[in-house]
Amino acid sequence: MTYLYAAYAATWVIHIAYLGSLVRRYTRLRKEIEELAKK
Amino acid sequence: MKRAFPILALLTAALLSYGLYQALVVAPTEKTMGDVQRIFYYHVPSAWTAGVLFFVNFVASIVYLARRNTKADALAVAAAEVGVVFCTIVLVTGPIWARPVWGIWWTWDLRLTLTLVLWLIYVSYLLLRRFSTSGQTPVLAAVLAIFGTLDIPLVYFSIWFFRTQHPQPVIGGGGSIDPRMLHAFFVNLVAFTCFGALVCWSRYRLEVLRREVEETQALESLLEVRNSR
Repeated sequence: MTYLYAAYAATWVIHIAYLGSLVRRYTRLRKEIEELAKK
Repeated sequence: MKRAFPILALLTAALLSYGLYQALVVAPTEKTMGDVQRIFYYHVPSAWTAGVLFFVNFVASIVYLARRNTKADALAVAAAEVGVVFCTIVLVTGPIWARPVWGIWWTWDLRLTLTLVLWLIYVSYLLLRRFSTSGQTPVLAAVLAIFGTLDIPLVYFSIWFFRTQHPQPVIGGGGSIDPRMLHAFFVNLVAFTCFGALVCWSRYRLEVLRREVEETQALESLLEVRNSR
């Protein structure tokens, strides 16, 4: 069962890490848009 | 699509949860491999989704080369990046399955090696896009993507035409499978495909937005230079 849980956990860790990176990039872009709007 | 996105995301989350339940609870334990066989319900749908995304990258690259359509180029980047994520999962879950079943984490078997080569091709595609400053980067990347796609049929057919250590296909390969296993497999296949499509769509929107911001920033800089003169 250890290998099974390891595989399922690894799958979701990779997906969550990638989704986290997408959210970070969105947040950074939103800040840049706000700065552009201020000008 | 923007309005439907939260509903589609909720439906996909429900489908993924249902798929997890089917894979861990409902599907029976395989007789020879035991519970470790359940990795199959995540490994194969991840490989399928990666293949679909790389194919989307291939089509978008052709459209970009033919029409210089920047949205097709943005879609190609998005599909390649999300495809690499799914392909990484294939390369991680495969060895975790192989260790208890084969007794080794990795072997230079044709299917495994070609999958690693496929992953390396698309990682190099993303690195090219990330670090190249040439104006020809999208064209070069599109050409690389088209040649990279040639590896997909090689990966798929490698277990049909060559003697490999990788298991032969049970579905469509003449083997028999318990209907509950088949159900768990198809639920996860659909769930992973929907999930991959949603993540790819989000990444595509991000790419389009990033390009718009970069263009606006470039215009701002030009205007600042003009006004300062």
